[in-house]
Amino acid sequence: MSSRRPVFRHPNLPKNDLGYTRRDYEGLDSTLCAGCGHDSITNAIIQACFELSIEPHRVAKLSGIGCSSKSPAYFLGKSHGINAVHGRMPSVATGANMANKDLLYIGVSGDGDTASIGMGQFVHIVRRNLNMVYIVMNNGCYGLTKGQDSATADKGSSSRKGRPNPFEAIDLCETAVQTGAGFVARGFSGDKEQLVPLLKAAMGHRGFALVDVISPCVTFNNTPASTKSYHWARDHMEATATFDFIPSRQEITTDYVEGATQNVTLHDGSVIRLHKTDNSFDVTQRWSSLEAMEQCREKGQILTGILHVNETLKDTHDILETTDKPLNTLTEKDLCPGNQVLTKISENYR
Amino acid sequence: MKKLNRINDFVIRFANVNGSGSASANNLFAKAVFRLGVPVSPKNIFPSNIQGLPTWYEVRVCEKGYLGRRGGYDFIVAVNGQTLKKDYEGLESGGYFFYDSTKSLTEDYTRKDITLIRMPLTDICNREIDNPKLRPLLKNIIYVGALAYLLDMDFSILTDSIAKQFSKKPKLAEPNIRALKLGREYASEHFAHTCELSLKRSDKLAGHILIDGNTATGLGALYGGATVAGWYPITPSTSVIEAFDKFTRQYRMDESGKRKAAIIQAEDELSAMGIALGAAWNGARAFTATSGPGVSLMTELLGLAYFSEIPVVLINVQRAGPSTGMPTRTQQSDVLACAYASHGDTKHVLLFPCDPKECFEMTAESFDLADRLQTPVIVMSDLDLGMNDHVSMPMEWDDARRYDRGKVLDRAALDSMVRDWGRYLDSDNDGICYRTYPGTHPEKGAYFTRGSSHDEYAAYTEDTDAYKRCMERLSQKFETARDLMPASHIQINANAGTLGAVFYGTTTNAANEAIEQLGEKGIVLNSLRVRGFPFKDEVRKFINSHDQVFVIEQNRDGQMRTLLITELDLLPSKLISIAHVAGTPIDALSITRSIEALLIDKPKPETPKGGAA
Repeated sequence: MSSRRPVFRHPNLPKNDLGYTRRDYEGLDSTLCAGCGHDSITNAIIQACFELSIEPHRVAKLSGIGCSSKSPAYFLGKSHGINAVHGRMPSVATGANMANKDLLYIGVSGDGDTASIGMGQFVHIVRRNLNMVYIVMNNGCYGLTKGQDSATADKGSSSRKGRPNPFEAIDLCETAVQTGAGFVARGFSGDKEQLVPLLKAAMGHRGFALVDVISPCVTFNNTPASTKSYHWARDHMEATATFDFIPSRQEITTDYVEGATQNVTLHDGSVIRLHKTDNSFDVTQRWSSLEAMEQCREKGQILTGILHVNETLKDTHDILETTDKPLNTLTEKDLCPGNQVLTKISENYR
Repeated sequence: MKKLNRINDFVIRFANVNGSGSASANNLFAKAVFRLGVPVSPKNIFPSNIQGLPTWYEVRVCEKGYLGRRGGYDFIVAVNGQTLKKDYEGLESGGYFFYDSTKSLTEDYTRKDITLIRMPLTDICNREIDNPKLRPLLKNIIYVGALAYLLDMDFSILTDSIAKQFSKKPKLAEPNIRALKLGREYASEHFAHTCELSLKRSDKLAGHILIDGNTATGLGALYGGATVAGWYPITPSTSVIEAFDKFTRQYRMDESGKRKAAIIQAEDELSAMGIALGAAWNGARAFTATSGPGVSLMTELLGLAYFSEIPVVLINVQRAGPSTGMPTRTQQSDVLACAYASHGDTKHVLLFPCDPKECFEMTAESFDLADRLQTPVIVMSDLDLGMNDHVSMPMEWDDARRYDRGKVLDRAALDSMVRDWGRYLDSDNDGICYRTYPGTHPEKGAYFTRGSSHDEYAAYTEDTDAYKRCMERLSQKFETARDLMPASHIQINANAGTLGAVFYGTTTNAANEAIEQLGEKGIVLNSLRVRGFPFKDEVRKFINSHDQVFVIEQNRDGQMRTLLITELDLLPSKLISIAHVAGTPIDALSITRSIEALLIDKPKPETPKGGAA
């Protein structure tokens, strides 16, 4: 895992607006199983950051514990990262974000890390609307401990162990909408064409952005009877309205037919253009999003795409009314009121 | 019967019903004693309840300046029917029993050795106060007015205090002052020459303040430069954050009215510690405040902070455990839980404040220590210190002081670095390595922080040698911490003395008083007050230079004694535990009695733990 890649770069590699190549966004070699869905998500994160020309060192990566939470080592090697304890990434992310509001926070978690041990922290970070991208690499099982069912495993779904899961599944996207998230999307690790723009849109959103990604576990949960397997996901994927992600620097040129699209402008000026289809619904309304997800659930479908967007919410810093300068840059001069004030305060206790 | 006859030296106890508004009246009385220049120590002994259960407020007045609990009470204001009998029976012989005589005492109140002071408080209220809503509150003020007469107090101190308290709402001052006068008038008409306890103006307090430890701790966090606090409400630590919040709203606003602090009430203590840890990792000074149950929940993250070397400050305002224990009672029972908090080989830096001034100083200092050592620092306060008012010297701040942010490489330092940088590379040989904040440099200084085993370059490793090197370096860092701990306070009363006493935190006042009491009886003890862990070298020297050392503390198992024995490799039989387990603040008299008893009946080496105060 600590092996180092050759530093040689082909001179003709394509560069982004900052002059970085895609390689500048890579990390160490993955130690996950060959074919793991998580590695595809890692690649999608690299691609999204590269295409958006994000300065690699202005990103902070956070994760919990589990296979998914190892992956921040495999992307953005020039960014700081922290591996918290199991299920506690949301609180560590909250503190980190409070210390410096100017970085892009990318959290990576798994379904065990988020929907079981970290469920309490998850719903509360949603409530606080912390400005971050929260990616769940969702495979319905505990990989590192050899394949136990997780809380997102669908009722009746079987992993390699062969026993159908008898418990109800938690849908993290529905939970996030219910607890007030401003951006909720679901992707599939096998569909890069959809996942990269979903991640880019999430990065453009200010506030909490959940991207729940179905990410099959090839070793323990890729059986025909598993609803988190590659073939099941391909067969049962139902996309919401297809959409274009138009970054803030790009001019909107294509024509569109009135009533056939819905534009949502994100905080950074980029635009999500949703093309309406028979499946589409108003993603800006909570009830409409929840209804669409519930309808697909009843039909045994996996609804993917942008499920909910609300750009009107205040993030944690807005709510707490913190100063514009990152708190970690403040010095004695900003923070310490000095002895004269202390003498005055003491007077109140005489 | 001989009445107790004393000036500026007695204990008065108030027995009230929780939620009846008695706290402000009782505070008014304690503050008046303070403003008379007389050393005073109020202790609120209250239930875990909002309304209805018994609560006591004990005020010790002591011209000599002893500020610990004395034990016993000489005067009781007994206005709680639920505890009347108990309050009656506990009164010292020769003492004064002041009660609401609207309801007569039953026949079983037969003591002949005390003075009854009958005041029909309820009748007076009903007759004199028109607004029935105000009656229960003002009833308390009326007895304070009566006390002013009975104790021969300067009445203007009380009326001035009321005026000051209600300076912004003078309309509220008026009925309070009237109630004070009602009490004084009734007392002067009925209780002439009844009470021989009195309060006289004194000059024992010069420049002192009367403040609770939690407020001072919150101020310490303000001055220490904390900007992020994660917290979860828990008695008795909540008011630390409330104070920090209040002071940052006053003194930490920018020009546009925005706040230079982020305070987040978390969903639980796990999250509270996670928030502090995440902020500290990202270069902000961050802390959380909690009590025992919260410490239990925080231990996993404390282990992460220890092993990945993140500076984080934890204020532990201890209460009586185990489990929920007695949430509104005091104890020093988290010493071991904090020293070794978390699984695996972990050790944490502890600071032990003994008064509000030290709460302020040690909290401010804890941020420097945490940054310097890149490890958690736990400030070990307790309920008695945190929630009761204490006479304290005023807090001071040296304006020339600069925060010690420790070994942090900024962009310029990374650019000018010639040698290889590794997050966990100990290039100074003090166990402390150089850290970088996220976002500092486009090419250098990034690393992945993890709680799994890591090598000098922060890469995951299961290599035995690399793991051992890391663990041994952390031990070495703890040795560096030893030198940075605040010096112990040592009091030598006999140069060739064979007996010593070791104590810490809120045991200090009672222990010092007990040592004087013992000295008067010819038992001379030298003493050492521990102020930090790891123990400084003088602690070992002090213990080694005495034959027998009493370790006085407020927990059942003698936790500091255990820590001393373990960490300093001492012979257990040399350290004798004087342990106070009541949940009320420790008092001098029981320490004195325990030590006396032990010296008469010397313990055998195999049963060294004899004392129970």
